[in-house]
Amino acid sequence: MKGRDALALSSGILFGIGLALSGMTNPNKVKNFLDFSGTWDPSLAFVMGGALLVATVGFRVVLRRPQPLYAPKFQLPTATDLDARLIAGSMIFGIGWGLSGYCPGPVVTSLSTFSTGAVAVFAALAAGMLAHDLTLGHARRNKTETRDSTASS
Amino acid sequence: MTIVDFTPLSSAAGGLIIGLSVVLLMLGIGRIAGISGILGGALGPLSDGDRGWRLYFLVGLVAGGVLYSLVAGPVGPLLKGTEQLVPAMIGAGLVGFGTRMANGCTSGHGICGISRFSARSIVATLSFMLSGAATVFVVRHLV
Repeated sequence: MKGRDALALSSGILFGIGLALSGMTNPNKVKNFLDFSGTWDPSLAFVMGGALLVATVGFRVVLRRPQPLYAPKFQLPTATDLDARLIAGSMIFGIGWGLSGYCPGPVVTSLSTFSTGAVAVFAALAAGMLAHDLTLGHARRNKTETRDSTASS
Repeated sequence: MTIVDFTPLSSAAGGLIIGLSVVLLMLGIGRIAGISGILGGALGPLSDGDRGWRLYFLVGLVAGGVLYSLVAGPVGPLLKGTEQLVPAMIGAGLVGFGTRMANGCTSGHGICGISRFSARSIVATLSFMLSGAATVFVVRHLV
């Protein structure tokens, strides 16, 4: 296994453990987080707070390097426009998140239960992604440009 | 409003681990750890043709769940019956469509984008939080 593959695997393992430990893989907990007027569970704000704390500091440190360990360049999104696709897409995502209690990461990590329900939800997520990519996807601009790593982000 | 099942310690600890994961991916291969982008990229045609690291990350995402369940207990409640499965599948389909349309989900926009102070990611996160809360309100309190 190449270094970059081992690193991607390790990052995925950490992410999966974090999702399971935090409660994001429990759809009832997610729905309770979104239920401000009913049975509210504020826990997921702590997930976001913890992740943002590490990522905000960590990115600042890491992006000072001339390049990543196993790739020639850092690849960061450069788009800045607040367009209808961004807002409409996010609102469609939110409706699905509220209905199911799942965002994409927990759907993948839930495959670790090897249950038919988890496989069915994963298939539905993949179908929704492919449905987008085969219809609206052709108009999708490439939002990620390789930037010179010496430029500020 | 009633506060239920509040788990600030394990949720914050999980969040810190997720933060380490996204910083590690940036340090190692210079990529944003956005799950919808990684999964969509692994499933569909790629502009960069680089499927390998995405597949390894996704295998890790499942392996992390397996490791957690071996040490700490089951991952999430299993969905039972059509009354749970049907709304979960409809919702997951919308999640797939919407996250591809918006170029990101809770991880890419909510964590990686906000930590880089991206205005797009802040707007995206507010949008899906609002529509998610509105959806739960309608389903739980109006229907």
